[in-house]
Amino acid sequence: MTQDEPDIQDHETVGPVESLAEWFSETVLEPITIGDWIEDGVDWISDNLEGLLDGIEAVIRALVDATEFLLLYPLWLTAFLIAAGVWMRFGHKIGAITTGALLVAFGLGVFSETVQALLWFPPPWVLAVLIVLGGIWRVGWRFGLFAAVALLLIFSMELWPETIRTLSLVVASSIAALIIGLPIGIAMSRNDTVEMLVRPVLDLMQTMPPFVYLIPAAIFFGLGTVPGAIATLIFAMPPAVRLTNLGIRQVSREHVEAGQAFGCTPRQLLFKIQLPLALPSIMAGINQTIMLALSMVVIASMIGAGGLGGTVLTGIQRLQVGVGFEGGLAVVFLAILLDRISQSFGQRRREGNAYGNLLRWFFSGRQKADA
Amino acid sequence: MSDKLVVEDLYKIFGPRPHRALELMEQGLDKDAIFARTGNTVGVREASFSIREGEVFVIMGLSGSGKSTMVRMFNRLIEPTAGHLYVNGEDITRMSRRQLIDLRRRDMSMVFQSFALLPHKTVIENASLGLDVSGFDRARQQERALQALEAVGLGAHANSYPDELSGGMQQRVGLARALATDPTILLMDEAFSALDPLIRTEMQDELMRLQEQRSRTVVFISHDLDEAMRIGDRIAIMQGGQVVQIGTPQEIVSNPANDYVRSFFYGVDVSQVYSAGDIARHDAMPLLQTGQADAAGARQQLGADGCAVLLDEGARFRGLVSARSLTDAADLDAARIDGIDTVEASTAMSDVLGRAAASDWPLVVVEDGRFIGTLSQRDLLQTLDRTHQ
Repeated sequence: MTQDEPDIQDHETVGPVESLAEWFSETVLEPITIGDWIEDGVDWISDNLEGLLDGIEAVIRALVDATEFLLLYPLWLTAFLIAAGVWMRFGHKIGAITTGALLVAFGLGVFSETVQALLWFPPPWVLAVLIVLGGIWRVGWRFGLFAAVALLLIFSMELWPETIRTLSLVVASSIAALIIGLPIGIAMSRNDTVEMLVRPVLDLMQTMPPFVYLIPAAIFFGLGTVPGAIATLIFAMPPAVRLTNLGIRQVSREHVEAGQAFGCTPRQLLFKIQLPLALPSIMAGINQTIMLALSMVVIASMIGAGGLGGTVLTGIQRLQVGVGFEGGLAVVFLAILLDRISQSFGQRRREGNAYGNLLRWFFSGRQKADA
Repeated sequence: MSDKLVVEDLYKIFGPRPHRALELMEQGLDKDAIFARTGNTVGVREASFSIREGEVFVIMGLSGSGKSTMVRMFNRLIEPTAGHLYVNGEDITRMSRRQLIDLRRRDMSMVFQSFALLPHKTVIENASLGLDVSGFDRARQQERALQALEAVGLGAHANSYPDELSGGMQQRVGLARALATDPTILLMDEAFSALDPLIRTEMQDELMRLQEQRSRTVVFISHDLDEAMRIGDRIAIMQGGQVVQIGTPQEIVSNPANDYVRSFFYGVDVSQVYSAGDIARHDAMPLLQTGQADAAGARQQLGADGCAVLLDEGARFRGLVSARSLTDAADLDAARIDGIDTVEASTAMSDVLGRAAASDWPLVVVEDGRFIGTLSQRDLLQTLDRTHQ
C-alpha cells in the first residue's frame, strides 16, 4: 500500500506541482468564503431592509390568520364558498343578493344567541363534514367514507387543533406560493431569457435541503408561524412555476395561431387561449405545490410553526413513540385528503373527452347561465 | 376584377442572420447550399403574384414547399424577411401591431388543418371567438355567430361541445368561426386535409356554395391536386419555396412549367379538369349553313369522316349530316340525322365520356344553343392520354 500511496507529509522536496497547488489554494480558494458572504448578506438584509421584512411578515401573517380563522370557524367558510360559487355560476346580480342574504343571516348573530354560538364557537365537526362532502363531490363516495374514518381517527387522537393549524399553514403558504409562482411561470413561458434565468433558481430552491430555509427565515422573522409559512412557500413554489410554464408552452401551435389570426391581443391570447388550455398542467403543479407545502410545514415546526409537526417533534424530543406516530398518522391522513381532492381538479371526471370536461367545468359556469 | 392581395418580392428565411442568407441567395445559391453555409432555411423565395378579389386562389405544393409559410405571411403570423404584401393597396408589412390586429379582426380570418377549436367552449362560443376578442357585446356575438353557424348548417348544434361533433362538423365550426367576423379574405390552411375523402368533397361543395352566396377572396392551401382543381379559380404551384407556376387548372394541366409540376398531374383525373367546351374542336368537321347549299352540293363538302355540321344563320346548331343521310334527302334539313347528342360546354369531361361511348356520332358541344365544336371519341381519348406522356 505504501508504494501506491506515498505519504505526502514525508515528502521533502517541493516540486512545481505542489507549489502551484499551494499558490492556487492561497490566492483562489481561501478568499472564497460562501458561508461568510451569505451571513454578511443576511446581516445586511436584516439591518437595512427592516421595512420590507415587516411588510412581508404582515402580509403573510394576515394570510395565515385569515385562513386559520376560516378553518376554525367553518360557518364563515361555508358562507364564503356559497357566495363565491353563486357569484361564479349565476353572475353579479344573484351573487350580490346571496351575499347580502348571508350577511343578514350573520348579522342575526348580534341578536340571537344560537346563531352567535354557531358563528364563534362552532363544533369542530362542521369543517370535518365539509371535508367529507367535498371528498364525495370531487372524488366519490368511497373516498368520502375514507375521509370520514380518517377525520374520526384524528378526533380520537385529539389532534384536531394541530391538524387545523397545519392545514391552515399549508393552505396559506400554498396560496401565497401560487400568487407569486403563477405569474413567474407565465413570464417564463413568454420569454426564453426569463426561463433561462429562472430555471436554475428553481433548481436551487428544490434541491436545497429544506431545513436550510429555516435559518434565514428564523433570523428575519423570528420564531413562529410566519417564518414557517415563508420557508414553506419558498420550498413549495417551484412545481407550480415549472408546470405553468410547461403547460403554456405545450399549447398547440395552431391554437395559438388561431387566437392570433382572429386578432387576439397578447393578453387576450393568454387568458382566452393559453391559460385555459394549459389548465390540466397548471392544476398538476398546484397539486404538487400543496403536497410539498404539507411536507415542509412539518419540518417548519422546528422553528415553532406548531401544528402536527410540533406533535412529531415532541415525540422525538421525549422519545415518545406513540405521540410521534399519532402525529405522523394525522399528517398522512391530511396528505391523502389534500392530494386526492386537489388532484380531482386536474383529472378526468367523466367518460369522453376528459380534458374538455375539465376546462368546461372550470370556465363555463357563467356563460351557460347567461345563454 | 381588381387585385385584392398583391405579393411583391416576398422572402422568408428562418434561422439566425437571415440577411446574410438573402445576400447569398442573390448570388444564386440554392436552398441546400444556403443551409450548408449559414444554417438558414429558406421558407419562401422571391414570390410575386396577385390574388384577385372574389377568386379562390389555391397554393399547392408538397410539404416543405413553403405554402404554409406563405399563407401565414398574409396575416403576419410569420414575419416576412423581405418584400411587400398589399391588402387593398395597403402594405401590411409596414403595419403596426395595433393596425395588424385590426386587420385580422376586420378583413382576414383563417381556418386550420387541425380545426384548433377550444374544447371547453360550446360551438357557438367557438364561432364567436373573433367577435369576442373584437369586443362585440354578448347579444351581437350570439346573433352573428349563430348566423355563421346556420350558414354552414350547424345552427342546431350551437350549444354542443366540439368533442361531441364529427371531424367534418368540427371543421364546419372552424369555417363558421372564420365567417362570423364577415371577413373579405379567408385563409384556409389545408383546411380539409384532415377529413376523410367523402367529407372532404362535401366540405369543398360547401365552400363553393358559400362562395356563390357571397364571394370572398379565398386563399386555399392544399397538397391535394384534385381538391385544387375542383375549387381553384387559379392555382399557384410552389416548389422549394418558389412559386413555379400560376394559372387556371386547365392552363397548368395543358402546359406544365416543369417536371415537378408535371409530376403533380401524373395520374390525375384530367376528365375532372376539363369541360366539354375546353376540348371541343371547332374545325374537325365542315360547317354547312341551312339554305346555303343543297343536298348534292353538300356531299362535295363532307369531311374525312363523311360528316358535316349544319348551322342556321345565327350559328345555332341545327343538326349533323352524313354522306348516307344526304343520299336520299330532298334538302339539307331532311338529311339531318336523328338522335344526335348535344352537350353544354360547361359539362365536365368526365360526364360526357359515357355519352360519347354510347353514340355512333361525335358529340356536339353547344353553349346556349350556339355551336362550339364537336367531340369525337378520338378527341376524348387523346385528351385523356395527354398527361401520361
